[in-house]
Amino acid sequence: MSTPQTMYDKIWESHFVHQEPGQAPLIYVDRHLMHEVTSPQAFEGLELAGRPVRNPHSILATLDHCVPTIGSGRILPVADAIANKQIVTMMANCEKHGLKLYDMDSPDNGIIHVVVPEHGFVHPGMVTVCGDSHTATHGAFGALAFGIGTSEVEHVMATSTLPQQKSKTMLVEVNGELAKHSTAKDIALAVIGKIGTAGGNGHVIEFAGEAIRALSMEGRMTLCNMAIEAGARAGLVAPDEKTYEFLEGREFAPKGDDWAAALAYWKTLPSDEGAKFDTVVQLNAADIEPQVTWGTSPEQVIGVNTPIPSPQDFDNEGKRRACESALKYMGLEGGSKLSEVKLDFVFLGSCTNSRIEDFRAAAAVAKGTKVKDHVRAIAVPGSHHVKKQAEAEGLDKIFVEAGWEWREPGCSMCLAMNGDELKAGERCASTSNRNFEGRQGKGGRTHLVSPAMAAAAAAAGTFVDIRSL
Amino acid sequence: MEPYKKHTSVVALMNRNNVDTDQIIPKQFLKKVERTGFGQHLFHDWRFNADGSDNADFELNQPEVQGAKILLAGDNFGCGSSREHAPWAIEDYGFNTIISTSYADIFYNNCFKNGILPVIVDEATWNELRAEAEAAPGLSFTVDLEAQTVTTPVGKVVAFELDPVRKNNLLQGLDDIAVSLQHEARISAFEAQQKAKLPWLWRAA
Ligand code: SF4
Repeated sequence: MSTPQTMYDKIWESHFVHQEPGQAPLIYVDRHLMHEVTSPQAFEGLELAGRPVRNPHSILATLDHCVPTIGSGRILPVADAIANKQIVTMMANCEKHGLKLYDMDSPDNGIIHVVVPEHGFVHPGMVTVCGDSHTATHGAFGALAFGIGTSEVEHVMATSTLPQQKSKTMLVEVNGELAKHSTAKDIALAVIGKIGTAGGNGHVIEFAGEAIRALSMEGRMTLCNMAIEAGARAGLVAPDEKTYEFLEGREFAPKGDDWAAALAYWKTLPSDEGAKFDTVVQLNAADIEPQVTWGTSPEQVIGVNTPIPSPQDFDNEGKRRACESALKYMGLEGGSKLSEVKLDFVFLGSCTNSRIEDFRAAAAVAKGTKVKDHVRAIAVPGSHHVKKQAEAEGLDKIFVEAGWEWREPGCSMCLAMNGDELKAGERCASTSNRNFEGRQGKGGRTHLVSPAMAAAAAAAGTFVDIRSL
Repeated sequence: MEPYKKHTSVVALMNRNNVDTDQIIPKQFLKKVERTGFGQHLFHDWRFNADGSDNADFELNQPEVQGAKILLAGDNFGCGSSREHAPWAIEDYGFNTIISTSYADIFYNNCFKNGILPVIVDEATWNELRAEAEAAPGLSFTVDLEAQTVTTPVGKVVAFELDPVRKNNLLQGLDDIAVSLQHEARISAFEAQQKAKLPWLWRAA
């Protein structure tokens, strides 16, 4: 009998093209996702070298990072000259090379990691890349999906391959059942809190266990999206009935006889019984409280009722110093409570939490509340489809009546490239994925939370334990 | 990419450790859509005064080192964010060789993708080279990649190590894409077997 393999091993093996002595293995790339910020120089490089795009059908592109999210701003030219240039360059490049692009006028437009699953473009077992670190999102489908740099974008366009070193494997097992009000976001933050932002370095993480099986596809996307914040190359969840049900009938999903063949193939992908992982981490789902980050790294995270740590709470010098500088930047006192922190902003959106399930969860909490006077709250759907669906369910009205702004889709305040941003010293409860210094605007202070926690925070003007509502 | 040829060129000394990519090419220049033209912004915040005039104290603004192709740089050069704009800016400015005691990993890899030779020397050697450069600003070194040596005006010959594959790629001016495309037949064969096995991946929607 052959040795049991992990899902990562299987995908790796089935995409291995060649290895030249002394060089990294060359692996095949099935799907390539693109947005306007990391691709223009790659197109320029191709043209300078006179190389064509090898497989235009393998590419799907969108405009998301710098598009305005206020309806009136979404016509060309957009107000910011640099953003406009990135947008029109992307449109021209896609046109020239015959690539499918969801531009600002397209009913399919939205954040790359939201629109790709909506159209069933990534399937289990595929190798998928994008010039964007949160490509890991698509691991939710059992695809090996990871972010690449601009010269690699060019490489994949030209060759459909990438020289890659094989990663180590980590199994993150989340057993038991999540408590009510704890979500995939809380699992992600709890895992990062446990292993640290470098914990996954050099690894591909496979998430498994009852609590992961119980997550919806949206939840799995949220979880895999944040695998990168744990330092991992990619996150993976084995495909199951939920995956197949989600994909069936979508635009790029296999049809007819292909569907049956694809299904049979996908079922061979999950890790074999007894497969060995290089590292194993276990968490008990029932212990995972609603999480809130307090610092400037996603690993600086606590349960909502835990006091904010002080430097002396850490036994390691590096962490002590990191705590000290994070507290200073965030304007917080060690030992104080999250419920005493005054918020200026709430952001519901980003490729981590801007799918329909996220808006349902937030709306359920926002319903009948009012955004606190000193708070500005914006809800930014991940795509036009999410927006339409939310509007069909009346969620937009719930937000608007509660005093939220209801926006057009885009990355928006996740990275503050499109004009939606914090001012220095402003504090934001955000459903995005990075709380780095300046991520949401120079001097801005970000606390990462789940959608329901964000909605509760908007109404209270501070952090509240949603379990107490 | 241009093949890397043996050359004798002016050396610019930058005696600072931990020069990070944000100093090499500050964040405000990353929004460009071109990959060329970053050289004019290389080391922007050090190179220019607030009013846009040249900072007369900055190393690269010294008249003797104009046209330098060799950068003699301090330890851990290219640390910080992994932006590829850093080697683009260095190459576009005119450097094709850096000599240091160490580099940040990603930066080191990115150099080869852009036709830049990052030479690693030990600390004692680096100090000798620095002393020679300090004593004679505007001096030239000869870099012979084939022989893996750097020769200084006083006749000192410094041998350096380099991965043979990388060396060959630089000498031939092969970028990573050209290297992968050497396996074009294998890539095509892979695609043929995938089309047979998983045909739906190849059907247009
Ligand atoms: S939403 Fe944020 S993390 Fe996601 S793709 Fe956009 S900028 Fe990147």
